[in-house]
Amino acid sequence: MKILLILLSGILVNNFVMSKFYGTCPFLGVSKKVSTAAGMGIAVTFVMGVASLVTYLVQKYILEPLNITYLQTIAFILVIAVLVQLVEMVINKVSPSLYKALGVYLPLITTNCAVLGVTILNMTEGYNLIESVVNGVGSALGFMLAIVLFAGVRERLESSKIPKCFQGFPSTLIAAGLMAIAFLGFQGLI
Amino acid sequence: MANKFTKTFLNGLVNENPTFRLVLGMCPTLAVTTAVSNGLGMGLATTFVLVCSNFVISLIRNFVPSKVRIPAYIVVIATFVTVVQMVLEAFLPALSESLGLFIPLIVVNCIIFARAEAFAAKNDPVSSIADGLGMGLGFTCSLTVLSAVRELIGAGTLLGFPVLGANYPGVLLFVLAPGGYLTLGLTMVAFNAVMGKIDAKRAARQAAAEGSVA
Repeated sequence: MKILLILLSGILVNNFVMSKFYGTCPFLGVSKKVSTAAGMGIAVTFVMGVASLVTYLVQKYILEPLNITYLQTIAFILVIAVLVQLVEMVINKVSPSLYKALGVYLPLITTNCAVLGVTILNMTEGYNLIESVVNGVGSALGFMLAIVLFAGVRERLESSKIPKCFQGFPSTLIAAGLMAIAFLGFQGLI
Repeated sequence: MANKFTKTFLNGLVNENPTFRLVLGMCPTLAVTTAVSNGLGMGLATTFVLVCSNFVISLIRNFVPSKVRIPAYIVVIATFVTVVQMVLEAFLPALSESLGLFIPLIVVNCIIFARAEAFAAKNDPVSSIADGLGMGLGFTCSLTVLSAVRELIGAGTLLGFPVLGANYPGVLLFVLAPGGYLTLGLTMVAFNAVMGKIDAKRAARQAAAEGSVA
């Protein structure tokens, strides 16, 4: 039951992009087309799931026994950087076509603050191993939902007439704001 | 030397303002600007990390092989972020509490990374400090402006002092998440409108000058 709650809260209620502002940079940067947004979402989901697992083990079996939890930030970001590199290499070997489609966005995941954010959140919330992974995957699915929906909105915006000083980022931000209002509606769900 | 220092400094502060011009570091910009004290604190913390990391990266730029430079930069940046985290926890626990997760997340702030890669890795330590200072304060100014707008409309206060009177009902939306996107979007519209007018005036003056010459 708790697992289901964590999953649901990650996807809808505490949506990372729409209510917590983690991962806003790729959300605004990679949401021009639905297909690339979906690719980015899948890659982030994978990295966040695995990162939650690995950082949990690092925290429990390396940082805590050695009493160096103050190195958490440094240790986690290094784990994530290595992980992203690894994922890049594996995808390149296993499926070159997917690698080509994601190409540019893969290394960017390292600096996606949603990934580092979820791993630190797992620790501060005191989740166990399974809850951590579920939280990682759930939050990532929430990110994916938001970015894919928003890419759909932006594809429409591209073809409409907008006053000059609203063009580009301002209209994008206002559209994101309106979508965030819609996501506020999930607040009472849990 | 002094002239170059000022020029680099002003470039970050105004011409290439990280928030309004380069559109970098959106996550902390949107998330912590609910109150002026948070925006200011976040800006200054980021400035400190930016200046220190720019300085150190500029010092080591000739020793680090380019293949491993990104992990090396990350370690430098993460070290200073840890320092900030500990100092805030010790001396400003209230601010540390309200910024929360966004303090460790300074590590992945694109501004710091972008300046390390685009400026500090190619320039001498002194101008790197100037760049860090300018960019950091530019970021701080933008955060302060945004948070002032949001705090004023959302709660009717500035830095916690009631400005619009005790009876001001407060527009909660501006303090909640959607308000972040909306305020930044509308502030950018204003920025673009003002800059557009200035550019148009400049172009008109230039055209007039050319006309009189002809």
